[in-house]
Amino acid sequence: MAAAAASGTSTGTRSTGSIAAAASKNNVTSFQRRGPRASSTDSGSSRLVSIAGTRPSVRNGQLLVSTGLPALDQLLGGGLAVGTVLLIEEDKYNIYSPLLFKYFLAEGIISGHTLLVASAKDEPAEILQDLPAPLLDDNCKREFDEGVSNHETSESNIKMKIAWRYQLLPKMEAGPVSSSRFGHYYDSSKKISQELLDASKCHGFFLPEKISSTLNVESCSLTHGYIQLLQFIQKIIYEEGFDGSNPQKKQKNILRIGIQNLGSPLWGDDVCCTENCDNSYSLTKFLYILRGLLRTSLSACIITMPTHLIQNKAIIARITNLSDTVVHLESFIGSERETNPLYKDYHGLIHIRQIPRLNNLICDVSDVKDLAFKLKRKLFTIEWVQDNYLRQERNIYPPGFSYLLKQKDSAWGEGSLQHSTFLMSFLAKATAFASRLVRHSKPLKQTGSGRIGQAAGPRLWRDGRRQEAPGLLAIPP
Amino acid sequence: MFPELNNLLNATPDKVDQGKLTLLCDAKTDGSFLVHHFLSFYLKANCKVCFVALIQSFSHYNIVGQKLGVSLTTARERGQLVFFEGLRSSVDVFFRAKGEPHPLQFLREASAGNLQPLYEFVREALRPEDNGEAAWRCPVLLVDDLSVLLSLGMGAVAVLDFVHYCRATVCWKLQGNIVALVHDSGDTQDEENDILLNGLSHQSHLILRAEGLATGFCRDVHGQLRILWRRPLWHPAQRDRSLTYQYKIQDKTVSFFAKGMSPAVL
Repeated sequence: MAAAAASGTSTGTRSTGSIAAAASKNNVTSFQRRGPRASSTDSGSSRLVSIAGTRPSVRNGQLLVSTGLPALDQLLGGGLAVGTVLLIEEDKYNIYSPLLFKYFLAEGIISGHTLLVASAKDEPAEILQDLPAPLLDDNCKREFDEGVSNHETSESNIKMKIAWRYQLLPKMEAGPVSSSRFGHYYDSSKKISQELLDASKCHGFFLPEKISSTLNVESCSLTHGYIQLLQFIQKIIYEEGFDGSNPQKKQKNILRIGIQNLGSPLWGDDVCCTENCDNSYSLTKFLYILRGLLRTSLSACIITMPTHLIQNKAIIARITNLSDTVVHLESFIGSERETNPLYKDYHGLIHIRQIPRLNNLICDVSDVKDLAFKLKRKLFTIEWVQDNYLRQERNIYPPGFSYLLKQKDSAWGEGSLQHSTFLMSFLAKATAFASRLVRHSKPLKQTGSGRIGQAAGPRLWRDGRRQEAPGLLAIPP
Repeated sequence: MFPELNNLLNATPDKVDQGKLTLLCDAKTDGSFLVHHFLSFYLKANCKVCFVALIQSFSHYNIVGQKLGVSLTTARERGQLVFFEGLRSSVDVFFRAKGEPHPLQFLREASAGNLQPLYEFVREALRPEDNGEAAWRCPVLLVDDLSVLLSLGMGAVAVLDFVHYCRATVCWKLQGNIVALVHDSGDTQDEENDILLNGLSHQSHLILRAEGLATGFCRDVHGQLRILWRRPLWHPAQRDRSLTYQYKIQDKTVSFFAKGMSPAVL
């Protein structure tokens, strides 16, 4: 895998060897910093990896690119590994998934990567025109503060809250980091500037054009559109030297591939229409070969797929197995969750379905599971659902406790003195109750002089077990 | 190679059973750690290994192998390991002109192909050397994973046939072992996959089944492993003994413990 280069081991693939060789030539000392900062564009000559917009993973040495949404990067273990596929399962009305798609492409333009946009519905040129504008260093702070101030309380207020329930929560990276070159925030209300578009290098694949131009159909089990797309991608990768086979003269670069609505009927695939179709293997075969192409080149791919349309559930499971990272968006539009007060601040849920295990036995699973997204006026944010009551009932508290807490909360307000007093007293009572249960259930063996046993009466201490509740003396027969 | 798993399976690299088919199976979790275990185990046991890796690239297995104390590169150079990289081969077979037969030839064919070329490849890879003296102990075929073949358009029966042929050659004729991973599709009603899994469970000698926890994600317990031995009736050990352990995957090893006995809980 080409992306394994950063680990510095010679792994036998040609592309890896070439990068490693280049790196070792530059290294004078054997000591070097292997941090996320090693990726900046204006790097000195002694940097291990010098491709703009990438950084090596701390965990497994993989080269990472940003998805264009720093919060998502964080959830995926730092970013998207080069040579892997990110599959976005579209939300029902396909409203929010194009945003992630565009962020990914826009991040490529900002980082100077080459783009490859494939679509069967929209012209690639139009998609590019619609990309959001980045919030760059100078103005982003102001933009973000404005977005934040109206919904978030200030830091000092958070400190005042009841501490032990909230301080342990993982903090989501909420705001733009002004100096980071890896991952940017985008303003979805503005379009990207024309100069940036002109400066970028982009290849478009628009299915209707390709179908009409060539009709020499080779007999193959893949759908015609998929064959065309694979050949197109392979041609770009080979011609522009992303596979490392013909060494690039210029700066090494990343190819970002975006494929929109893959598997929809527009691609000539009928997995969405019938359950048992003839070429139900087209999609999985396409994914497999695409993955093979990616693994041997410096490229990363995002695919959005309307999985809710696919009739045969078995195919979805296979597609998940054949992709690397899988993220599912579930919007609240049209569902009963839209009116649920718990979710009133959000537009949908985001499920991280799969995170790849690369060069490692384990994967970077984030501990936070209940995630929701919200599209603000400008920013797309991912937040932890404030579902404290349910979550904590599951984990820590005795059953029913959180319900009580919720009632008391409404009366007293969180963090108030009464609230915490109640909390402590309840916990003390619960502990005492639990220990009493334990004491009662264990068989009693008479030890010592037996004086206590005699005093308690003969019935209570027969067979070493207590037969009636203490204090309730049975009436002798 | 995870020492704790070796203890559970009562195996050491010095003492390798022969002629066995081991089925690895994962449901709602990732069972690839078992593949890494058996790969490093057989390499350390000095067996000749043919590894059909359909799901990941060579460098991935190599780097994990290094953490477990084996080097796949040197094993390949010494001729101990024959590595078939499915992802790379699929690109080769798809983009090059028609020519000599290829193990994954069926990717190009419009009609339902068969796995005969892949079987030929395995047979060639594990064929004992002619010069008499055996350099390696016994041949081992390792497949990660068979479910991918279903996704690539093969029928369950074709895959079962492939395993059957491999058994006849590797397990019986050459007295070697086969280890294969199959995903359990769970409740997705993947009929082909169920046929494959049931067919293999029926004929394998040892089944290792990794399952995700029914209660969901947990930081300290990654899943549970069921071990099912299928032994003949007259075997001294307990018949059809099934054991369940929970496990936690760490950076370089996997720790096993009895159900509910995670160190984090106690």
